[in-house]
Amino acid sequence: MAYVAVKGGERAIEAAHAWLAEERRGDPALPELSLAQIEAQLGLAVDRVMAEGACHDRGLAALAIKQARGDLIEAAFLLRAYRTTLPRFGASLPVETEAMRVRRRISATYKELPGGQVLGPTFDYTHRLLDFALAAEGGVPASAPEAPAGELSMPRVTGLLAQEGLMAPEQPSEAEPRDLTREPLDFPAERPLRLQALARGDEGFLLSLGYSTQRGYGNAHPFVGEIRMGAVMVEFEPPELGFPIDLGEITVTECQMVNQFAGSKTEPPQFTRGYGLVFGQGERKAMTMALVDRALRAAELGEPVEAPAQDQEFVLYHCDNVEATGFVEHLKLPHYVDFQSELEKIRLLRREAGGE
Amino acid sequence: MTALGYNFGYLDENTKRMIRRALLKAVAVPGHQVPFGAREMPLPYGWGTGGIAVTASVIGAGDRLKVIDQGADDTTNAVSIRRFFAKVAGVETTERTGEATIIQTRHRIPETRLREGQILVYQVPMPEPLFRLEPRVSETKRMHALADYGLMHVKLYEDIARHGHVAMSYNYPVLVGGRYLMSPSPIPAFDNPKMDRMPALQLFGAGREKRIYAVPPYTAVKSLDFEDHPFRPARADAPCALCGSRESYLDEVVVDDKGGRMFVCSDTDYCATRQTQREAAE
Amino acid sequence: MSGLTPGFADPVPDAQAWFRALLEAMARPGRIQRVAALPQAPAPLAPAAAAVLLTLADAETPVWMDAGPGAEEWLRFHAGCPLVAEPGAAGFLLAAGAMPELAALDAGTEEEPHRSATLILQVAGLETGRGWRLTGPGIGTEHRLSVEGLPGGFLAAWAANGRRFPRGIDLVLCAGDRLAALPRTTRIEGAG
Repeated sequence: MAYVAVKGGERAIEAAHAWLAEERRGDPALPELSLAQIEAQLGLAVDRVMAEGACHDRGLAALAIKQARGDLIEAAFLLRAYRTTLPRFGASLPVETEAMRVRRRISATYKELPGGQVLGPTFDYTHRLLDFALAAEGGVPASAPEAPAGELSMPRVTGLLAQEGLMAPEQPSEAEPRDLTREPLDFPAERPLRLQALARGDEGFLLSLGYSTQRGYGNAHPFVGEIRMGAVMVEFEPPELGFPIDLGEITVTECQMVNQFAGSKTEPPQFTRGYGLVFGQGERKAMTMALVDRALRAAELGEPVEAPAQDQEFVLYHCDNVEATGFVEHLKLPHYVDFQSELEKIRLLRREAGGE
Repeated sequence: MTALGYNFGYLDENTKRMIRRALLKAVAVPGHQVPFGAREMPLPYGWGTGGIAVTASVIGAGDRLKVIDQGADDTTNAVSIRRFFAKVAGVETTERTGEATIIQTRHRIPETRLREGQILVYQVPMPEPLFRLEPRVSETKRMHALADYGLMHVKLYEDIARHGHVAMSYNYPVLVGGRYLMSPSPIPAFDNPKMDRMPALQLFGAGREKRIYAVPPYTAVKSLDFEDHPFRPARADAPCALCGSRESYLDEVVVDDKGGRMFVCSDTDYCATRQTQREAAE
Repeated sequence: MSGLTPGFADPVPDAQAWFRALLEAMARPGRIQRVAALPQAPAPLAPAAAAVLLTLADAETPVWMDAGPGAEEWLRFHAGCPLVAEPGAAGFLLAAGAMPELAALDAGTEEEPHRSATLILQVAGLETGRGWRLTGPGIGTEHRLSVEGLPGGFLAAWAANGRRFPRGIDLVLCAGDRLAALPRTTRIEGAG
């Protein structure tokens, strides 16, 4: 029998890409989605792609979502691959979330607190009933009532606890944190490095890990001290100027999770903090990041490290969905050389087992 | 800048310098894994990003690049990577092993003996040879520091006790320069002996795991074994159905659903060259 | 700044060509490499040594050098690297004068032997085909290399460097536009 090795990989790839483009566009009789529509109406998808793509650019995130046909992990990958080619001008100053122009701010630890509770645009307390009016292209909703401008100051809940000495103080450091995008992870990883990894980490993976700490894998006793979402100013200080300039505002979500801490030989019993901060409106991600951050502090707080969420190598090596999806999906690549060697090996072992 | 607006070789010069520094240290400490700040590439992690990063940092306008996957130049991922470099570096590509100055490979070493002046770049999924025995990088780092490879020897010994053979047929661990235990990447064990004292420089890139390592030319690379159970690589016991080779590594091709199969060379360039020579001789 | 001479004429391909020369030098210890594209480095920097620094040094690599303020200014401008006063704190060292003591340089750790210094040493002359007999990784049987202008006691210091493996310093020897490398794995016998 004649055998012709399969050729034409190049043509096959081109045909597949053409097919993909056709599928992406879908029925050409329907109007094409614009980036503005994605940015405006799929805003939470845009936020997630920016967070996991580690690049704040709503327009590019919308483009990535469109190009990825709504596959958000693929979109995050597109954005990452783009961001890595950008020149690096420097690092911004730390954003001041205390000075946030708040659109949402809630605390589960106090009924009332200075600055008040602001529900903001949330799914909380919506009844999850499919809204068929939306299916009929519901039109423009009535505008939400606007509250009079409240107290300007919204101090952080953790700050209130700290005044009483009940919140373990964070050690401020002027040291330049290591940069995850320039150096590989190294263990034990310092907290700034861990937070970088978590901020880029996959929401689903972190959600399940955070959940596991609530179910006994990690002995967490978390309270939502505060979640706040709104606009913060990004500032940059060019070395030649010597003073900071405003680059613009971005939306971020911050979660400070308050956790019980039994104390140790050197520390009195007090509350400790788990911290989450993500681009855009990403409350689930911020909360779960705060849970996992606290779990990862087990070693430094002298707690036993037993649960998956407390294990630095386990969490940090596996939370990145761009790395994870690449490696899982690489199993689609041909492996027939290795498989052939396994075939020969198994045949040999079976022959010898049968012969004995 | 290339036509696409990216730097020559896609990577920016800072990234190349960082990788180049890592490569030089990797050559200076044969078999030792050097961590590097791997970047996202336009291809997914696990699809050759480490090899691509190494090639991109090494390649120049005068190079001739060959890319193989499973020994073949025409497998889709090899085609895709070759196209990438043709696009971002504008270099000449070739399918001929002997004509290439850089050969990027996944899972095979070409059958044709490599020579001085060539660089073989391996795509590596898991650079740590001990990862199935000890998943913690902090632990395996310590083991490499102490050259404490007892875990691996115990694993091989247990295989022999249970099966009469080492049960690994690919990604078979090697000792480099008598010091470092190294993953040869998932090449079949059949290819391991080609690494030993190879005249070409061998570079290994693991993008997702962010490690680079190297074997300098003419360096001893020994597959782990025991005196009474020497390393024994296997190939299918058949000649290639196309070129008749009894030396090359073979792919098994299923030709029907009744158990019919044939064997052909996995190295497409080697096989094609032999077929041409045979036709010329006839 | 007006007095500064240029670095690489065409930075991307020139750095690539020099890197390949370095890679080849490190992979085949004792073989002499040359590249046509030379930077216009101020004296006493040898063109090859200057090219090595331009190829490898940047803001992330602390460099120590003894070639004087002109050379320092040139390097800082073209590579943007921090210069350090303490040889032990440097990732790259350029010695135009007396060779720094190998034992005083950063040799890395057992776990991270790659975090070790590379010493770029300017010498009076490099010739192959005679002199030392070099063996080790990268060398088929043996390479011969003759080096002019090394300090007495070099061979003993080099042997001590090799005994620390995997820790150790790697050496790049430069004479004019020629370079050769000795990674820490290279063993030297005979007279240079």
